[in-house]
Amino acid sequence: MISWPNLVSQLFNGLALGALLALISSGLTIIYGTLGVLNLAHGAMFMIGGYAGFVAYQYTESFIIAVIAGSLFVMLLGVAMERVIIRHFYHRPHEDQLLVTFGLGICFVEIIRLIFSSQSQLVPPPAIFQGITNLGFMFYPTYRLAVVGIVAIALGALFIILYRTRLGMIVRAGIEDSVMVDSLGINVYRVFMVVFGIGAMAAGFAGIVNAPVVSLTPGIGDDILVQTFVVVVIGGVGSFPGAILGGLIAGEIISVTSMFNPGYAYVMLFAVMTLVLVVRPHGLLGVQGRE
Amino acid sequence: MTDYLIRRGLSRRGLLQTTAGLIGGSMLPAMPAFAEDKPAIGTYPAGVSGSTAFIGISVPRTGTYAVQGEDELKGYQLAIEHINSGHDLIKKISPKTSKGVLGKELKFGVADSAAKPNEAVQAQQRFISENKAIMITGGTSSAVAVALNKLAQREKVIFVCGISGSNDTTGKDCVRYGFRQNFFGQTAAAAIGPVMVREFGKGKKAAYLTPDYTYGHTVTKSMQDFLATAGWTTVTNQVAPLGAPDYSSYLLNVANSGADVLINVNWGHDAVLSTQQAKQFGVLDKMKLVVPYQVPFIARETGGLMQGVYAATDYWWTLEDKFPLAKMFNEAFEKKYGYKPEWGAENAYVSFAHWAHMCEQAGSFNPPDVIKAYEKGETLPSLVGDVHYRPEDHQCVRPVIIVKGKQQKDMKNKEDWYDVVEIVPGEGLMQKPDAFGCHLGDYS
Repeated sequence: MISWPNLVSQLFNGLALGALLALISSGLTIIYGTLGVLNLAHGAMFMIGGYAGFVAYQYTESFIIAVIAGSLFVMLLGVAMERVIIRHFYHRPHEDQLLVTFGLGICFVEIIRLIFSSQSQLVPPPAIFQGITNLGFMFYPTYRLAVVGIVAIALGALFIILYRTRLGMIVRAGIEDSVMVDSLGINVYRVFMVVFGIGAMAAGFAGIVNAPVVSLTPGIGDDILVQTFVVVVIGGVGSFPGAILGGLIAGEIISVTSMFNPGYAYVMLFAVMTLVLVVRPHGLLGVQGRE
Repeated sequence: MTDYLIRRGLSRRGLLQTTAGLIGGSMLPAMPAFAEDKPAIGTYPAGVSGSTAFIGISVPRTGTYAVQGEDELKGYQLAIEHINSGHDLIKKISPKTSKGVLGKELKFGVADSAAKPNEAVQAQQRFISENKAIMITGGTSSAVAVALNKLAQREKVIFVCGISGSNDTTGKDCVRYGFRQNFFGQTAAAAIGPVMVREFGKGKKAAYLTPDYTYGHTVTKSMQDFLATAGWTTVTNQVAPLGAPDYSSYLLNVANSGADVLINVNWGHDAVLSTQQAKQFGVLDKMKLVVPYQVPFIARETGGLMQGVYAATDYWWTLEDKFPLAKMFNEAFEKKYGYKPEWGAENAYVSFAHWAHMCEQAGSFNPPDVIKAYEKGETLPSLVGDVHYRPEDHQCVRPVIIVKGKQQKDMKNKEDWYDVVEIVPGEGLMQKPDAFGCHLGDYS
């Protein structure tokens, strides 16, 4: 059913959906852009962020501590993963990288299932963000509005790290040409470790921030991983601004299409991805020739 | 003794022949009925030539239906344990069962279907080929049930269906080798529809949340058809893929639809998530919620959002106040697993008990004989009273239970989520056997 109030509602909802997708995708795209590793465990790390935050919330009943705990835990997990496993795969074929990260993702999911079972777990939003807000043209969950703001701040922080710090400069240089960065005497492997940790932290942060919107289950990352890849492909692999643009586009496609025919929401998402691949194989903001 | 017989003129060859004859003769009464001159079919008789019979079980242990799949699996495991030990409850349903089925101990293998038809079919094909499964089961997704129906008919192995709510399972996709115990879209609609009209009135506007596969489409269609007779209209039908990660865009459409009642046909975690998000978007404050095909554990997982909500179901544990067998089942299940069984476990248990009974009645595992035992339409005990299977479509005619979510203050314990509002008899709820295009196919 098409009506102006519904269209405006869906456009706004697409923005909120897209913001979250952008945050998750930014972690994935930074890791791939810098390390050249497509991390198929990214969805599982998103999920673990939610569960780590859930555990922290159970003990403290503080949402802020839950967010910090979820983010830090996944960052440490990411660093450990890079140190112990991923770095042995930098010079191996992409297929090996895909397989090892895919396997890690399965292990993470099953460990969580073993501990928490498949039953969903709830993390309530903080008291000030509970309830519904009247936006004039629609009623919208207050916490979802807050998520837009939280994600905007997080993306802003990532932008500053990537574009206003020496580390960011090295990371961006590494994305363009890691061999040249290495030859300039910079310990590129240490940078890789830091980047993997930051990328993982972005996923973990998104996982716990998203937890009050959905209920946590061990498989929650599987669903989001597919969408995240679509976002990265649309925006351009390895491009941080591309992840944001891709996320917003994906959110709007899902939301607006569902207004016309909900059954086609995800079909349309993949159709647009296919179109982008045909017209701009490196994504909307991707750079040709990047490896 | 031997020397004596030989001395008496009996040759050594004659002695051996006589001894073999005596041993063979002494075994005759103990030989099971399947040693008759039945032609081999499916995994029969190879699958039951030893002292055991194997059952292939495929349930979702991951994915959106994982919680319900685990509950269903526990029901199967308890039934097998009871059948093998000759438990009193099994004997109430299948009186001839002593230990095992026809004297064969039941063994089983479990595979995770993830509610995906191809994975379930691959697993069951493996059980049939490698383990000579004499019976297969699985469900918690009608897409899986329909796929296993076809596999069962092709392989000539009996399929005792797990949870499946689609009209198609014993409708257009029915098979000679498939049997379903539980309620389904048509019976759910026919049972809960009158309650909805009574509670909410005539001429209401309904919004639907429908999962995009055979279960969702047929349940929604049955609800729409029934409610149309009371002047209800559908203002929006939001069809979402199985395992959708977010329902916000669908719920905005519902919120803007002007509906009076939200009919949530989603199942498993999809139902939990969509119900929680409906609350977040204020939809549940604007309209009534109805769950026509109740989802095990939804009340607990949604944290009380089912309060005041009507649902149709196969079983609810408080039926033990009315049905002694339900009480026996609840006690045995809770003792073993530490919680009250939901209807997936009940369906699993009863389905296996009925299958064991049919094998005993047939006196054989020979599939056509077992099928014909089902097709006699014999009245059987279940946990909710007497039931029978229709020979025309292999659907069990059984009551549908209407429940209403209790307010928290009325809950007597932490699992006392629902009041049983009505036990609607199965007779009269179901469509005519051929209404959904069922053609069972051949025995062999």
